[in-house]
Amino acid sequence: MKKVSVECRDVSLSYGTTDVLKNINLTITPGEFFALLGPSGSGKSTLLRLIAGFNSLKTGQLLVDGVDISQVPAWQRDIGMVFQNYALWPHMTVWDNVAFGLVERRVARAALKQRVQDVLELVGLTDYAQRYPGQLSGGQQQRVALARTVIIEPKVLLLDEPLSNLDKNLRTQMRQELLALQRRLGITTIFVTHDQEEAMTTADRMAVLHHGVVQQIGTPVDLFDTPINRFVAEFVGSMNKLNATVQEILADHLVVNFLDGMACTIAKTAVSPSLLNALRVGASVLVCARPHQVSLQHNTQSSQGTSQVSSLVLPGTVVAKEFMGQQTRYFVLSNSQQVMIDQTHQLGETPYAVNAQVMISLPISNIKILDT
Amino acid sequence: MQRLGGPALAALGILGLLSVFLILPIATVFVSAFSDARGQITLAHFAVFFQQPLMLESFYNSLYVALSASVAAALIAVPLAYLTVRFQFRGALLIQTLGVLPLIMPPFVGAVALQLIFGRSGSVNLILNDWFGVTLPLMEGLNGVIFVEALHYFPFILMNLTVSLRNIDGAMEEAALNLGARGWRLFIRIIFPLAMPGFVAGMALVFVKVFDDLGTPLVLGATNMLAPQAYLRITQVGMDDPMGYVISVMMIVFSIFAMWLSVRVLKGRDYSTLQKGGNALQQRQLSKGESILAYGWIGLIMLLVLSPHLGVLLLSFASVWSFAPLPDGYTLAHYATVFEQSPGMLSNTLLYCGLAAGIDVLLGTSIAYLILRTKLVARHWLDWIASAALAIPGLVLAIGYLRTFRGVLVPGTDVLFTATWFLIMIAYAIRRLPYALRSCMAALQQVHHSLEEAAASMGATRLRTVRRVMIPLMAGGMLAGFVTSFITAAVELSATMMLVTKESQAPMSYGIYLYMQSTSGRGPGAALGVLAIVAVALGTYASHWLVSRHQRLTQIHRPQG
Repeated sequence: MKKVSVECRDVSLSYGTTDVLKNINLTITPGEFFALLGPSGSGKSTLLRLIAGFNSLKTGQLLVDGVDISQVPAWQRDIGMVFQNYALWPHMTVWDNVAFGLVERRVARAALKQRVQDVLELVGLTDYAQRYPGQLSGGQQQRVALARTVIIEPKVLLLDEPLSNLDKNLRTQMRQELLALQRRLGITTIFVTHDQEEAMTTADRMAVLHHGVVQQIGTPVDLFDTPINRFVAEFVGSMNKLNATVQEILADHLVVNFLDGMACTIAKTAVSPSLLNALRVGASVLVCARPHQVSLQHNTQSSQGTSQVSSLVLPGTVVAKEFMGQQTRYFVLSNSQQVMIDQTHQLGETPYAVNAQVMISLPISNIKILDT
Repeated sequence: MQRLGGPALAALGILGLLSVFLILPIATVFVSAFSDARGQITLAHFAVFFQQPLMLESFYNSLYVALSASVAAALIAVPLAYLTVRFQFRGALLIQTLGVLPLIMPPFVGAVALQLIFGRSGSVNLILNDWFGVTLPLMEGLNGVIFVEALHYFPFILMNLTVSLRNIDGAMEEAALNLGARGWRLFIRIIFPLAMPGFVAGMALVFVKVFDDLGTPLVLGATNMLAPQAYLRITQVGMDDPMGYVISVMMIVFSIFAMWLSVRVLKGRDYSTLQKGGNALQQRQLSKGESILAYGWIGLIMLLVLSPHLGVLLLSFASVWSFAPLPDGYTLAHYATVFEQSPGMLSNTLLYCGLAAGIDVLLGTSIAYLILRTKLVARHWLDWIASAALAIPGLVLAIGYLRTFRGVLVPGTDVLFTATWFLIMIAYAIRRLPYALRSCMAALQQVHHSLEEAAASMGATRLRTVRRVMIPLMAGGMLAGFVTSFITAAVELSATMMLVTKESQAPMSYGIYLYMQSTSGRGPGAALGVLAIVAVALGTYASHWLVSRHQRLTQIHRPQG
């Protein structure tokens, strides 16, 4: 099967006066497993439905394999979609559901039979062909929905929150099955999710959407390590944000000042690209670090904060803690700013108590500077 | 051994009432149909039935009319339902409001009007004949019955089908589009099958209603059908003629068969696929051309559907109307006649229907409470028995009463029990009980159990909880049940015709029928009909208003989770 690319060029869409998608530019390479990540209302499902042909764009182009298909009706696009609630037809057996697309394509009887059998085998549902969807478990329904879609050998496979209706254990299993199937068939796949873990574990690359605007596109590691703005930083994992002001801009470093007047020198490479150009002395910025990159010690001498070459050390008080098993998350108040710290839990270790006086330490190499 | 509590006593009371006025009469009908003069069990009466050409003809005619009317009603209803659900246009509201109008008039009233409009020398045929030299045999013989019934009962299919269509998840359709289906194939393979439950339920209801209807065939002179035959046998040959009972049994059997069939077809096919948070079928804007076509078509159907009402209205104001497309002159004299001659009919209707509806709500609420809020053994039997009344034609119930209570005197007097209006009222109540029961059940189901538990935990007794928490919250549903019972009882004719013994007892429905018997009585009959329509329409509107107001007032907006 030929692998195809999908490209959105300046795609906009609005319902009445509400702009739902604003100037979307995306290129999904052939055979890629691509995730659209965003909170509800971000426009991710709208974009997916636009690619499927259920929404029509206001401006822009939608190219599949280099051909603009924005005017092609849904039933002629050959873009398969698996719906969030599977949308299996309850009045048809599994077999009829799966065969539907081939019947509509007037595939000859013998070939149809063979292909339905093959696909049912692929998803491991050969024994369930004569059942009705109502008689299947959630995971089985999910597989039927998948089989029904891949049987038409679509150019592109769209998955709308494919795992959200499954319980946690099944979700992990189906996630792996889905990925394995996609790798085997090599179909360019776009899937929509609000769950960052799901996106990061499966996607080759992903795009984060917010308010109908693409915030950032990249591999899961890119997005986690170098988020471009505050929204991406918070949506892909948790992020500590400390308010600071720019004190001095040097050739390849800058000095930032915290609320308590403490200064810290940080490499310019830690500054997000969009902020770097607009950087000026006196501007407010956010000094960011992931909770697991911050560490915690007892503060026995009630010492003041220091800025060393390798880390920023600040005194604080534990205000709350959440024991999560493999780690404990502490909420520490330091100079009226709250910092989250994840500390790996070791066997027999006693967590810090609430109100304990602690020192937190942020390795400067892990710090990112983002726009407020 | 548990002491008999209040709920158990209430259950026994209701059971007793249903036994005397529902089970016993129907059992009597069955016994009469299956036993000979000496009380031996026999099938001889049925053998006789199938040997008499008139009976066989009536049997086939009734089947043919009921089936054809169902199909004709479907032809009117399906496109209307599809239009309202599929497209976004103002006509949808028109269809929904006007589509229910036919139900508020007894079908036989419309029959007279339709004869004046579509009959051999009715308005339409006079015009067609003048202009094109052709006539439409719409009202000839059985065609007339089919035509009238289809126009009258199609809303049952329309309403049920619309609900079904609205419950289809839009993703069902999108999945099909995504896999390459569209247009007609999409409708046939996906949408219609998913809406099947509503369609079948509506069709079965129309079939049963038409099969049981007595007034329309009588008014149109189509006596070679089952219901008129039963009526004529009992009233003219006498209570001892077994044919009346045989026909009654056949009518019950066919009602039950049609309902059983619809339940059977729908078994395991609860296709309410729309989930919480899901979207219904996507509605499309009509293009200008399509809009014109749609409106034109709706207009045509509406004209047809509303022609009985228009006809009755014209007739009530017409001084003379025959062999002319429109009346020759207009007058208010018919209304004067009605108010002069038969104010009793108006008050009788109010009395019988008011009492019957009151009994229904009382019984309905009690049964709903017993079923949903107590653990009484066999409590579901009450529901089943009460609902069984759905399958009993009014005519059959009345025949059962006449036979069961034959010769019984009202205690302390020498008045025959069957000669009192009490039985008319009870017949209304029993026949409408299933509908009232549904409203009350639905209303009680919406009252969350925790509300009552909260009252109980504050120290309220069971009875106090019912009075202070349950009843106020159920009030909307109970009221809806009352009004539905009232207005449908007001247009009931078949039981009325059997049970009215003297003119002073007659309610409006019977009065209209009496007037319509003679050509000179048509004017006053139509005037009475218009009054009935206005009353019923006002009642429907009032109940709708009250229920929605009640819902607004008792709804607490909870924060979204």
